Amino acid sequence: MINWPNFVSQLFNGLALGALLALISSGLTIIYGTLGVLNLAHGAMFMIGGYAGYVAYSYTGSFVVAVVAGSLFVMALGVVMERVVIRHFYHRPHEDQLLVTFGLGICFVEIVRLIFTSQSQVVPPPPMLQGITSLGFLFYPTYRLAVVGIVAVALGGLFLVLYRTRLGMIVRAGIEDSVMVDSLGINVYRVFMIVFGIGAMAAGFAGIINAPVVSLTPGVGDDILVETFVVVVIGGVGSFPGAILGGLIAGEIISITSMFNPGYAYVMLFAAMTLVLVIRPHGLLGTQGRE
Amino acid sequence: MSTKEFRPGRQLNVSRRTLLQAGAGLIGGAVLPASGALAEDHPAIGTYPAGSSGSSVFIGISVPRTGTYAVQGEDELKGYQLAIEHINSGHDLIKKISPKTTKGVLGKELKFGVADSAAKPNEAVQAQQRFITENKAVMITGGTSSAVAVALNKLAQREKVIFVCGISGSNDTTGKDCVRYGFRQDFFGQTAAAAIAPVLIKQFGKNKKAAYLTPDYTYGHTVTKSMQDFLATAGWTTTTDQVSPLGAPDYSSYLLNVANSGADVLINVNWGHDAVLSTQQAKQFGVLDKMKLVVPYQVPFIARETGGLMQGVYAATDYWWTIEDKYPLAKMFNDAFDKKYGYKPEWGAENAYVSFAHWARMVEEAGSFYPPDVIKAYEKGETIPSLVGDVHYRAEDHQCVRPVIIVRGKMEKDMKNKEDYYDIVEIVPGEGLMQKPDAFGCHLGDYT
Repeated sequence: MINWPNFVSQLFNGLALGALLALISSGLTIIYGTLGVLNLAHGAMFMIGGYAGYVAYSYTGSFVVAVVAGSLFVMALGVVMERVVIRHFYHRPHEDQLLVTFGLGICFVEIVRLIFTSQSQVVPPPPMLQGITSLGFLFYPTYRLAVVGIVAVALGGLFLVLYRTRLGMIVRAGIEDSVMVDSLGINVYRVFMIVFGIGAMAAGFAGIINAPVVSLTPGVGDDILVETFVVVVIGGVGSFPGAILGGLIAGEIISITSMFNPGYAYVMLFAAMTLVLVIRPHGLLGTQGRE
Repeated sequence: MSTKEFRPGRQLNVSRRTLLQAGAGLIGGAVLPASGALAEDHPAIGTYPAGSSGSSVFIGISVPRTGTYAVQGEDELKGYQLAIEHINSGHDLIKKISPKTTKGVLGKELKFGVADSAAKPNEAVQAQQRFITENKAVMITGGTSSAVAVALNKLAQREKVIFVCGISGSNDTTGKDCVRYGFRQDFFGQTAAAAIAPVLIKQFGKNKKAAYLTPDYTYGHTVTKSMQDFLATAGWTTTTDQVSPLGAPDYSSYLLNVANSGADVLINVNWGHDAVLSTQQAKQFGVLDKMKLVVPYQVPFIARETGGLMQGVYAATDYWWTIEDKYPLAKMFNDAFDKKYGYKPEWGAENAYVSFAHWARMVEEAGSFYPPDVIKAYEKGETIPSLVGDVHYRAEDHQCVRPVIIVRGKMEKDMKNKEDYYDIVEIVPGEGLMQKPDAFGCHLGDYT
């Protein structure tokens, strides 16, 4: 379907897809940048955000309550996870960190499967955001349009926290050199806990915001985790702006390629990642030499 | 056999009754050891005779319990478990399909192991290799992903262990990738297309434009190809074929291409959760308001999971429970399944149950677990019962010749109960749907 209207449609769809990927990836990248822990349970936390929101929605019928509940629940889960498990792994090899977060991810997914089975669950979008909107050049689901706005606001909020607050300053300093931050008398482990909580909350928030788009299954996070890693690698590991840029690039690659040959959409995504790794091994906006 | 002790060498006052009992015992003894003696005559092959020398035999089951086909895999597993339970207890339904069954298979209890394939060929092959090596499995099963079925076909042929195929819709499974050691009961791309195409042409007319959503592996490609071939005879054309990877997290870009393609009909070949998600998103993008949806290879539970989106939609399937009005064995199966699991079985469970029952019958017919004898029992092509009437296996490609059932999603107001999702449109006899045995390049390979 190579024609001008379809190209414009796909360009726009890439933006919407990319916005969501950016939101999920930002949580992953902030955690890695600050704590040095690559959280392989991130996809599972994205999924749990959706399910926590789904439970809240089934009891209250309110989408707003679902979003708040989904985000807060996963934030709390993140804090508990950091206190009980992750903090024991800060000084252990990366392989141990990968294994423990991977293991936790599997446990989370299987616990959810045990409770909710593999059948998909639906969280409908709020009534005012249901249906289709005509943009002149294409018809697009109203809720997906709203998601672009919601994600923009959420990323704006994260930006403000990271770049305009004292906590953000410490986090960014921690990303650059956590030993120095520690020696300046700042309780860096407390900051780690907060960062882990915020990163988890970003995943949970994305999970429930994404729920009306995808219908929930316990495996919903597994599918998206791979894309999230690609986004983080393209954008630069540990870079918040990199996650946003990487997300948008990934979204556009998937959408535009599908117009020419849908079978190559994901091939092109990985090809792009490979290209970035060859030309800029630390990612587009990553800093060279960061551990 | 007589339970009384009888020693021919001893002088006893032999009553007529004892003599009769002894005679029965001798005859029984002559028959039973005969099969044992035969068994010993066979050379060792695969897991034979090690796998069947004890009082029980082992079956390796691999179904997807995670991933995009998890829901269908669980239903399938329930069908297998019910079949094993029925075979071990000598249930009436099994006896109707396999009359020589008493309890177990050749008197041996069936034991089984279950592995999660996640619909991935390498995981299924690893699990089944373990079942074969460690448990001496006499039969393996798996599918729900033709990629898995094809991989297990090859494993079965290499290891010389019979593979009774689970859900598999690809033409290749009993086509170019067929093997001597593999057997498939269920319908597939070719028969689905041959059965549903005339219904679609009658319903929607000639010279229509169709868009396809196709999962990117053997199942998707062959089903889409068969649909295109059959519909082309009535002038239908393909506006776009949107190929996507298994477990794609989002279908928006594919659906935009479909929406902009100007098609009249959307033929969704996706399966499992991929089918549920792509159908839901097709609704979100307004595609279902513009074009008619068709599901050529029905997905168990899709009607329940898509919340009304299957209403009025045509689909081809292996089995739908309301055919019980016509087929008494289906009624027996539905009742037993519902009693045990609390819901009406979908076609994954039906295929699982019937294919195990057929295997039990063939082993009983062969009188031995010796794989070439069991294969030859299938290859006799005898007409045998199933839950959808009489069927037979073709010797040339090991495909069961069985009807395909065309259903249409019921409107909510017409549903008599919460599981009454479809109307039966037509039960199309299998014989006319099949391609010529060599049409898809099947070469079965050796017995030994």
